[in-house]
Amino acid sequence: MLTSVPEALNAFSAGLILISAFAMVATRQVRGVLRFFVYQSLLLSLSSFVLGYGTHSIHLWALGVITIAAKVVAIPFVLRRLLPGDFYERREISQAVNIPSSLLLALLLTLVSEFITGPVVSAAHDSVLRVNVPVGLAGVLIGAYSLVARREAIPQLIGILAMENGAFFAGISIAPELPLIAELAVAVDVVLIVVVVGLLTRSIQQTLGTTEAAALSELKEEPVEWH
Amino acid sequence: MTETIGYNFLQVFFVLAIAPLYAGVLSRLKEIVQSKRGPSIFQPYFDLWKLFQKDEIVSEESSWIFRVTPWLVFVMPIFVTILIPVLTDYPLAFAFMGDMLAGGFFLGLAGFFAALAAVDTGNPYGPMGASRTRMVGFLAEPVFMIVFFTVSFVAQSTIPYIVQKRWIESPAAFFAPAHILLLIAFLMLILAEGGRIPVDNPSGHFELAMIDESKGLEYSGRGAALMKWGGQMKFLVLACIFLNVLVAPWGLAHGQATLNVLAAVPLILVKVLLFAIVLVAIETSLAKLRLFRITEFLGAAFITSVAAMVTSIFPGV
Repeated sequence: MLTSVPEALNAFSAGLILISAFAMVATRQVRGVLRFFVYQSLLLSLSSFVLGYGTHSIHLWALGVITIAAKVVAIPFVLRRLLPGDFYERREISQAVNIPSSLLLALLLTLVSEFITGPVVSAAHDSVLRVNVPVGLAGVLIGAYSLVARREAIPQLIGILAMENGAFFAGISIAPELPLIAELAVAVDVVLIVVVVGLLTRSIQQTLGTTEAAALSELKEEPVEWH
Repeated sequence: MTETIGYNFLQVFFVLAIAPLYAGVLSRLKEIVQSKRGPSIFQPYFDLWKLFQKDEIVSEESSWIFRVTPWLVFVMPIFVTILIPVLTDYPLAFAFMGDMLAGGFFLGLAGFFAALAAVDTGNPYGPMGASRTRMVGFLAEPVFMIVFFTVSFVAQSTIPYIVQKRWIESPAAFFAPAHILLLIAFLMLILAEGGRIPVDNPSGHFELAMIDESKGLEYSGRGAALMKWGGQMKFLVLACIFLNVLVAPWGLAHGQATLNVLAAVPLILVKVLLFAIVLVAIETSLAKLRLFRITEFLGAAFITSVAAMVTSIFPGV
């Protein structure tokens, strides 16, 4: 079975996207999580470029450019501007589940996504679909998992964004002709989410001195001064 | 037939001759990256020569295990060498004597005896290093197994030559997500088995922090030389499996003529040099892990290898 170069490159970046999803689960430092998210977004845009080249779809090229602009440039920039520098050196010691178990659960989620999508994608005679859909679903599930297991606000935020990456990775194989307006809307949405969550985190940190979401279990009665 | 036996010996000779050089190049590159000058790349040869000249002292309290181990550690990588593609891409005379699992067993046997010998003398550091090596070993073994089974599942064979041919013939399998996951799992495995930095510091001289090195502390003279050379060959053999079978199966000698086989040598050298640069980049950018973080490191390798298996079994590929 011979594949074309774009398909081969796409499959190659699919493997690396899965790896970076695992790496995001395994990393303790906020900076490391953010970095792996940037790698994953770069790989996603690589995939959409090569598939856009392969299927002659201008939409996928646009998606690649939007992904780079929003997720590789804008989101790290916004987060860096909003949050103080020492924030990124912080290590997250107390996760709800420790990291080896988290990784095992991530593996389980991968298994589940392969198991669920296997019969569906094997019915479709499209080799790109066969690679992208299981990996994309695994990305969505692992992102959702890190949303649950992480306790710091920013890794949780990156969990949401990683879910979105996974959904896009599956999406570019299912619907290469997704209208540009939808992609643009999503991209702007994502940056807005980051701005809102970043601002919220910043003010939470300024008033409470912590951004551990797990610690935010009590409501405060007295009015809090906002800086 | 006689030719291929000859090439087998050529492979063994290649590994014997290049392994110390490779160790020298690795340490020199690392020193250069860390802006030091470092010893000459031929220093390991001088070390081996010096050790072979020296007297050997063996404790009276030690048993035959202590005396046999250097030979086993020296010979086992050579046995593995005759099973794997080092220079040629067609199977040589002894290629079908054993598969990749047999290679794993050979290296495992050497490691087992090295651990026993470290305990044998009663040196306080030896058993400590031996037990640590065993800890790394038993965490690494499941990864080895899963990697081999996944490879054999994809290639329908466990003979390294056939696996290598399979990657060349089918670019779809070569670029499949399973393959890149396998590569990363195997790379982490090489780092752990070769005692490289995130797991162990190969140039450290502090006995309490040693994992791999402290097993050979009691050896002197010829025994020390054999242990050292054997360790260097083991690392080169693992690198050859990684590069020639998994990462870049191209560039090996295809023709039967001696000239073809000799022409493959510089290509292999370029490959292992590139791999050395990657290793140096990894080693200088990471810090050595605490002992109990090694479980996490190898756990991650295990997860990666199982993910490779999962993605290769389901009909996605």
